[in-house]
Amino acid sequence: MNTETYLLMGLLFFLSGAVVSMLPLPKVKNYSYILSTLGSLSFAVLSLYMLFITPVDLFSLPLSFIFKFNFSGDAISGFFVLTISILAFAVSVYSIGYTRDLDNKGLMGFLFNIFILSMYAVVLSGNIITFLISWETMSIVSYFLVTFDRDEKSAKAGLIYAVMTHIGTAFLIVLFMILYRYTGDMGFSGIKGLSSRIPEHMKDLVFIFSIIGFGTKAGIIPFHTWLPKAHPAAPSNISSLMSGVMIKTGIYGFVRISMDIMGQGPEWWGIAIIVIGAISSILGVMYALMEHDLKRLLAYHSVENIGIILLGIGASMVFRSNGMFALSSLALIAGLYHTLNHATFKGLLFLGAGSVMHATHTKNMEDMGGLIKSMPYTGLFFLIGSVSICALPPFNGFVSEWLTYQSLLLGFKSTSITAKIISPLGGAALALTGALAAACFVKAFGISFLGMPRSHHAENVKESSLSMIIGMGILALLCLLFGIFPGIVLTIIQPVSFMLTGSHGMAYKGIFIGISETLSTLSPAAILITMIVMSISTLIFILTVGGKRKIIYGDSWDCGIPALTSRMQYTATAFTKPIRMIFKRIYLPKRELKVSYLVKPFFVKSIEYRGGITPFFEKYIYDPVTDFIHSLAEKVKILQSGSLHLYLAYILITLILLLLFGT
Amino acid sequence: MEYFQFLIILILSPLIQGIIRKLKANMQGRIGPGIFQPYYDLIRLLKKDMVISNVTSWVFKATPYIVFASTAAASMIVPVITTKSPFDVMGDVIALIYIFALGRFFMALSGLDAGTAFGGEGSSREMTVAILVEPMMMLSIFTAAISVGSTNIARIAGSGLLFSPSHILALSAFMIAIIAETGRIPVDNPDTHLELTMIHEGMLLEYSGKYLALMEWAHYMKQMLLFTIAVDIFFPIGVANNAGILALTSSFGIYILKMLFFAVLMALIESTRAKMRFFQLPSLLGGAFVLALLSLLTYIIMRK
Repeated sequence: MNTETYLLMGLLFFLSGAVVSMLPLPKVKNYSYILSTLGSLSFAVLSLYMLFITPVDLFSLPLSFIFKFNFSGDAISGFFVLTISILAFAVSVYSIGYTRDLDNKGLMGFLFNIFILSMYAVVLSGNIITFLISWETMSIVSYFLVTFDRDEKSAKAGLIYAVMTHIGTAFLIVLFMILYRYTGDMGFSGIKGLSSRIPEHMKDLVFIFSIIGFGTKAGIIPFHTWLPKAHPAAPSNISSLMSGVMIKTGIYGFVRISMDIMGQGPEWWGIAIIVIGAISSILGVMYALMEHDLKRLLAYHSVENIGIILLGIGASMVFRSNGMFALSSLALIAGLYHTLNHATFKGLLFLGAGSVMHATHTKNMEDMGGLIKSMPYTGLFFLIGSVSICALPPFNGFVSEWLTYQSLLLGFKSTSITAKIISPLGGAALALTGALAAACFVKAFGISFLGMPRSHHAENVKESSLSMIIGMGILALLCLLFGIFPGIVLTIIQPVSFMLTGSHGMAYKGIFIGISETLSTLSPAAILITMIVMSISTLIFILTVGGKRKIIYGDSWDCGIPALTSRMQYTATAFTKPIRMIFKRIYLPKRELKVSYLVKPFFVKSIEYRGGITPFFEKYIYDPVTDFIHSLAEKVKILQSGSLHLYLAYILITLILLLLFGT
Repeated sequence: MEYFQFLIILILSPLIQGIIRKLKANMQGRIGPGIFQPYYDLIRLLKKDMVISNVTSWVFKATPYIVFASTAAASMIVPVITTKSPFDVMGDVIALIYIFALGRFFMALSGLDAGTAFGGEGSSREMTVAILVEPMMMLSIFTAAISVGSTNIARIAGSGLLFSPSHILALSAFMIAIIAETGRIPVDNPDTHLELTMIHEGMLLEYSGKYLALMEWAHYMKQMLLFTIAVDIFFPIGVANNAGILALTSSFGIYILKMLFFAVLMALIESTRAKMRFFQLPSLLGGAFVLALLSLLTYIIMRK
């Protein structure tokens, strides 16, 4: 079988999945997701061809003399197709159970299949027109999925998403117009061949537009504001796909335009990306810490992780402009490794959040608590996801962050002083991000899953259905496997980094990664094995020294006052209070205290406290802009009086003006 | 021979704790318990029955093993008396910091597991301190790593004495990081059991018996490990670079002297300083962060 067969099979599976879901037969609808698992498997096979055998031309359809639909794939597309396939497979399995008692189930299955297909189309597009059409399809389908619940909140989130994503697309259209203007070619490979014709200052412009255009989709700060609104509004299986892979199409577009097509850029490009990555990662996780809505918290973490990915990619660009291709390859591997990892653990965490919401009917973690006892599998998998996203060994996030540290640290080898200073500072930013993320997930997991149920929502909770558990289990297993067998992942990524930098970059053998430049090695498998051996020997040791002793179960320590209630537990708000106070310059916390007295000031009747943080970007950047547009619109309204005579007068004036100046 | 170095940390770490306690007691005009008291405590705890809260889940029971095993795994990366690390394929200094972070993550979770306010308070404070300490520690290690050109701790230890203004700055930041990480005054008070002031002890409040013994022992090990990392990075003098008996004996003697130096230093700081208010900590730890940053910048600029 050749590549076309796999493409057609995949296409057929997804399209029939979409059609089957719209049929008015309730029994058949469930096959929609089974078809999408098969579809993602076919695309996974296709991606292996693209990664390891050869760039392939998949499909061309001429529309006119100039335009044609063209899908083709090389190693870069292959890597992203594989990432999408992995998550799409697990989410499809999960969706079988998750969508069982959803209203509008048919529409969901339809949009779900088309959405995945449109993401494949984006990363496989071979020319500008195909890319823009796929990009818009993806945006519009995801808009419908964001507004799927049809309440006011998701409608508003959908509106913000639609506006933001189209501003991004506008920049992309201008970017592609510049590329076409100087090269006269529509195909990506053609533009790449002629990219030397683009003057330097135009290349800089293309670079800046690609940051804005793709950055809006990827959710970098300050273009992130749609993300924490839109991702939580969508149903959880969709949030998982959006956060796990849709925002990665932004990374794909950026790598395709700024690294592949434009070739080697000046050093400040890479430095700009490192700075943007550092800011996005720190602020993303800081805002995540203050969220008590489980899904919004995860959405902010996507901003953080995109930042971490950009740290690696930025370092790679810096090295490339310094002519250090082996290091450039290493840094790119770090960025792409994190791309794949983020897809697995963020996908997993959103699915976990979906299961929790499905069972408790709340998003607010202050109403959860003790769920690990009623939902043991969801709890375990969410814990694995949390440990992975905090980059703790031996799970996958650790390997990619370790590689990012190494590449940023090796920045001191570059020739310019700016790169020497900026890249270790990027490393410090990553360390801060890591510590903040750990605090955030201690909060997220500890408050939602541990302790006592905090409200009636968390009592009498049932574990999710089998397919949901399997869907999460696949991703949890991958989080561990990608951690302890980094060799597998490196085999997948190395064709990409070789294509872009011409170097393989690092030595690795199976379960070890070694970086010759810093003489350092890492083996999460060895850490895991050591820990297991140590735990067993400790167990044997304490049993021989201490002997077997009784375990008595009692109440938690209550300072001698009986009956601890769940209201006395530490809350998520309390947990993050020290952080809110220490970083108050960033959070700009607000507090309102209303005290009513029986007899002032001695006898207090009630105290009402409200606290929160100021959303800086919304309040100081986006609100002024929207206010300005609103006021402008108000002024323009004067022209539209509704009087037919006036409109006729406008037409007359226009006509006269045209006659005067038109010739 | 180098494969057994971690046993030194495993076995001697309670002794260092005992010595610090004894010195502290003497400085404060008390006689204090003997230097072997931590061993007696551990053995006594191992022989006790356990009381566990009903509210807790398996996370609470897994935590002591994860904390102990991760600290033990970390001790296998660190070279102690030779310049060879027992098992350095496992990871480098960056991995070391993240292995510690793994233990801390689970310790903080178990603080929340019993559903009491004290545990949560301890977890929240511990994670807040970690946010301030971790970047600073990483930056000060970066300075050493960049000047040696490797993040492999055995390489750094084998590179000889590093001495320059930037290393002095990095060392001072690292010392403050050690104080914060080991939960000592002025960051945390290791002797307190007053609920409102605890950080580290707050998270351990629900533990008893064997689990408590493991957590305490892991804490002693972590303390000694941090001292060892500091001497590996900043004073690698007199460390054996071959496996001869004589070299190893002298290296062991020098190592013990270095550890005693740290013990005296810790006791001195703890006896002469008062514990800081929690919200004053950012100025101490933020200051240390600036020191680490300066050390890195001066190193890069001066080497130019």
